[in-house]
Amino acid sequence: MQRFWELISYFEDSGLADNIRENDVLFPLIESVHVLSICLVVGSILVVDLRLLGLASINRPVSRITSGILPLTWSGFAVAVASGFLLFISNATKYLANGYFVAKIFLICAAGLNMAIFHAISAKDLPRWENEAALPLPARLAGGLSILLWVSVVTCGRWIGFTMQVH
Amino acid sequence: MTVDDALSAFCTWLAGTWLSHTIQTTSWIIPSLQTIHILSVAVVFSAAILVDLRIWRLLDRDAPLPELARRFLPTIWPVLLVLLVTGSLLIIGEPRRSLLNSTFYLKMALLLVAILLTGWLQRSISSSPNFWDRDLARQIAGRLAATVSILVWCGILFAGRWIAYTQAG
Repeated sequence: MQRFWELISYFEDSGLADNIRENDVLFPLIESVHVLSICLVVGSILVVDLRLLGLASINRPVSRITSGILPLTWSGFAVAVASGFLLFISNATKYLANGYFVAKIFLICAAGLNMAIFHAISAKDLPRWENEAALPLPARLAGGLSILLWVSVVTCGRWIGFTMQVH
Repeated sequence: MTVDDALSAFCTWLAGTWLSHTIQTTSWIIPSLQTIHILSVAVVFSAAILVDLRIWRLLDRDAPLPELARRFLPTIWPVLLVLLVTGSLLIIGEPRRSLLNSTFYLKMALLLVAILLTGWLQRSISSSPNFWDRDLARQIAGRLAATVSILVWCGILFAGRWIAYTQAG
């Protein structure tokens, strides 16, 4: 734990973090990139989730949807993590003390776990059922859970702005 | 009386209404409205970007453009209504934050361009299957339109976030 806090203060005390904290334009700019990339993640993964739930794109096989959409989702996620990290280090101690921030991180991990479980277990026999409109329960569950988790991530993200005033 | 004075008077009147008062004094309403607003932006933005990237042939190449446009673009219009409602409620709650803020008007101007451009793209794509693929000139024009669309939608999101930083007072 000692090492963790050392690492946190290393980043928070860095010149980069200082710049983001002090510069009037840098924080809003990175924040805008963060919001934009999260919008891409949430919007694009919704396409996959609605397909898993059988509510949209039902005449396309699941693997065609994922191969078409997920590259955008992952690119957006990479940008969201990078921009989120920069926002985080500008006030790391305060963010870590904010319950909504901690909840957001756990919810993102849960969304990742949900996806990993779907790929590793539920999607093992994907070719057998991916053309159906109504998918097996584990697939529908993964889609529904994903929507709930990402909506919660955005909700927590917005609530961070109202529960800690850094600017 | 200048336009600014009139706007300011209007803001004062709006902020004094019962609805505005409720939104101001109930602490969870504004964050909730903003959350619904952002989630709706995510849907509209992603739908537009997915089609723009498909025009550039960067994504989902095995799906024909008209099919992709049919799947994604029609979603934009009803969700825009949700954005109109949540956006209006946010303005009623904090009139000065937007109505006396030039960033807000920039966002609305960009939104108008985005709506016209997206509507036009949707119509042109559905008018004939290879509308943006017929010849080199069409391909370039299509990619140009897609690029403008991406830039304008990104501009809307940036302006939206910037409203919080440029509000008066």
